[in-house]
Amino acid sequence: MANTQSMTTSFMGELMTATHNFGTAPTRGTSAADTFKAALYLASATVNASTTAYSSTGEVTGTGYTAGGVAVTNATPPTATNSSATAGVAFFTPSASITYTTVTLTTAFDAVLIYNSTQSNKAVSVHTFGSQTITAGTFTLTMPANTTTTALLRLSTT
Amino acid sequence: MTIVTTTKGEMDDSLLEKREGVMDNDNENTTWVEYWLEGELVHRSAHVTLKKPLTHVAAEAAQIA
Repeated sequence: MANTQSMTTSFMGELMTATHNFGTAPTRGTSAADTFKAALYLASATVNASTTAYSSTGEVTGTGYTAGGVAVTNATPPTATNSSATAGVAFFTPSASITYTTVTLTTAFDAVLIYNSTQSNKAVSVHTFGSQTITAGTFTLTMPANTTTTALLRLSTT
Repeated sequence: MTIVTTTKGEMDDSLLEKREGVMDNDNENTTWVEYWLEGELVHRSAHVTLKKPLTHVAAEAAQIA
């Protein structure tokens, strides 16, 4: 079993039905942004492109960690930029680092699942990194710059 | 003097052995710090900076025959 970094296929499909909303959308019942969360997964877990929703199966457990993870700050709405008449990029990056403060996670973990807690915990993306353990410490995931080439989530046409 | 949160409670870092490390590759830049007390790991924190965005060429309009 292994985790695989990927944007979930379910998320791409759900974009077409506006299930997810990082910012505001006039076609939805509410213009409020959804709430997204970030859960950590053990290196022995299997979260990948086929993951459709958050599950506690394979999630880390430990002192100071709450099942389901922490909220993702999405103060900056998605951006869509055209690069030509036929190509463009829509991108989004959480507007703050994802931080798990004063936790003890003794079993190695290597993935974070970002999911939409407003929309039935539907999965958005999986990001992997080198295996870590934390002892009475803090685990921080710092986001890349929110640009067309480096944003955490990018949908592009060429 | 720096106070460190440990499995023994808050401690002055001068009482602890500090170990640090860095891992850098195409996917991430990770730094970690450990504090040890008499051979026992009492604190470990890690800071991961993700580098690789997730990109999908997913939007394409099909031609109507």
